[in-house]
Amino acid sequence: MNTQSNLPVSYILYLADNNLILAQRNSEWCGHGPILEQDIAITNITLDLIGQARMLYQLAADILNQQNGNQEATEDTLAYLRDERAFSNVLMVELPKGNWGFTVLRQYLFSEFQYLLYKHLSADATLSAIAIKSLKEVTYHVQWSREWVLRLGDGTSESHQKMMDAVQDIWMYTGELFDAAPFEDAPVLQQIQTVWQQRIAETFEEATLTIPENVFIQKGGKNGIHTEHLGYMLAEMQYLQRMYPNATW
Amino acid sequence: MVTPVYDTKHIHQLLEAVSDPEIPVLSVNDLGIVRDIRINGHQVEVVITPTYSGCPAMDMIAENIRFYLHSCGYDDVKVTTVLSPAWTTDWMTETGKRKLEEYGIAPPNRLTRDIDAPRRCPRCGSTNTREISRFGSTACKSLYQCNDCKEPFDYFKCH
Repeated sequence: MNTQSNLPVSYILYLADNNLILAQRNSEWCGHGPILEQDIAITNITLDLIGQARMLYQLAADILNQQNGNQEATEDTLAYLRDERAFSNVLMVELPKGNWGFTVLRQYLFSEFQYLLYKHLSADATLSAIAIKSLKEVTYHVQWSREWVLRLGDGTSESHQKMMDAVQDIWMYTGELFDAAPFEDAPVLQQIQTVWQQRIAETFEEATLTIPENVFIQKGGKNGIHTEHLGYMLAEMQYLQRMYPNATW
Repeated sequence: MVTPVYDTKHIHQLLEAVSDPEIPVLSVNDLGIVRDIRINGHQVEVVITPTYSGCPAMDMIAENIRFYLHSCGYDDVKVTTVLSPAWTTDWMTETGKRKLEEYGIAPPNRLTRDIDAPRRCPRCGSTNTREISRFGSTACKSLYQCNDCKEPFDYFKCH
C-alpha cells in the first residue's frame, strides 16, 4: 500500500488501540454471555472491532515503515509488543467488563461515538476506505446495543437500577472521548460531541435513564496514562508473543 | 498437468470452484468478493475485498484461491486485498442467492434503504417469520424463526 498521509500516525494508532482494547475486553464474554444468542452477538461485534483494528494497525505500520525506511512495524508488533504507556486508547474501553448492563451501555456510548467519527472520516483521504467499511458494521453495533439499553433501562426495577449504577460508573469516562489530544482535530470533535449528546439524551429518555450532571472528567488514556486495569489486560494478551517471540498458529 | 490459460475470463470461471469455507455452497464469485483479475506475463493477480473486516474466513479464502490456481497450473499467483469500494451484498449474484436459499439460508432482501428482512422461510416458504437475534453463527447472518413450520433459520443480512 502506498500511503501518503496527512494524519499523524499517533491518530491512527489511537483509533486502532480503542478498537483492540474494547475488543479484548468484550471477548471475555465469549462462553459467558447471558444466553447463547447474545454471547454470539457480543463476540461478533468484537470480531468486527478486531477486524477494524487490524486494518488500522496495518495502515499505521505501512506509514511507520515508510517514514523509517524499514519494514520493522507490522500489525502484530503494534498490538503485541508495545507497552502500556504506548497505548493511547481512552480509559473507557479498558475498564473491566462489569455486568451485562455495563457492557452493553459502554458498547452503546462508544458505538454512537464511533458511528459519528467514522462518518466524518469517510471523507478523509487516508482513512475513507477503512471508515466506510467500518461504518456499515458500527451501524449494526449501535442498533444492537441501543436496543439493550432500552430493554434494561426501561425493564424491571432491578434492571433499571443496575443500568443507573452502570451510568454512574461510566459517565466520568465519557468526557475523555471529546477532550482533544494534540493528534486530534478539536473543532471536529466538538461537532461530534454535540450530536453525540443529543443522540444519547434521546436514548436515555426512552430508556428512562438520567444523565449525571456536573461529573468530574477522568482522562489520561490518550497520553498513555491508564487505569490499573490495562496492564493486567496487556499482560494476558501479549504474554504469548513476549514469551515465545514470533510464535504462529 | 493442466496447461494454464492466461485469460481473465477463463480464470474467473475457474474461481467458481473456490468456495466460502463458512458457507461452502457459495463460490467466491457468487459472494461478489472477486473485484479484479490482472495478468502480468505469467503472473496472475486476484483482487478480493473482505465481506466484514473481521471475517475469519478471508485469510482462508485467499489461501484457497492461491492453492486452487496452483493446482490448475498457474505457478505465480498473487492475492491482493482492497477495502474500497466496500463490499455490499448487492454484489451477490442471483445464482448465489438461489443457492443460499436451497441450502437453507434466507438470502439478503432489502425492504427499504435501512430495513431488511428475509422474504420467506427457506424451509416452507412462509412469509410469517420473526427475528430471534441480530447476530447468527457468523457476522454476516442473523437468526430467524419461521412462525409456521417453527424451524429456526439463518438470514444473510443486507450489508
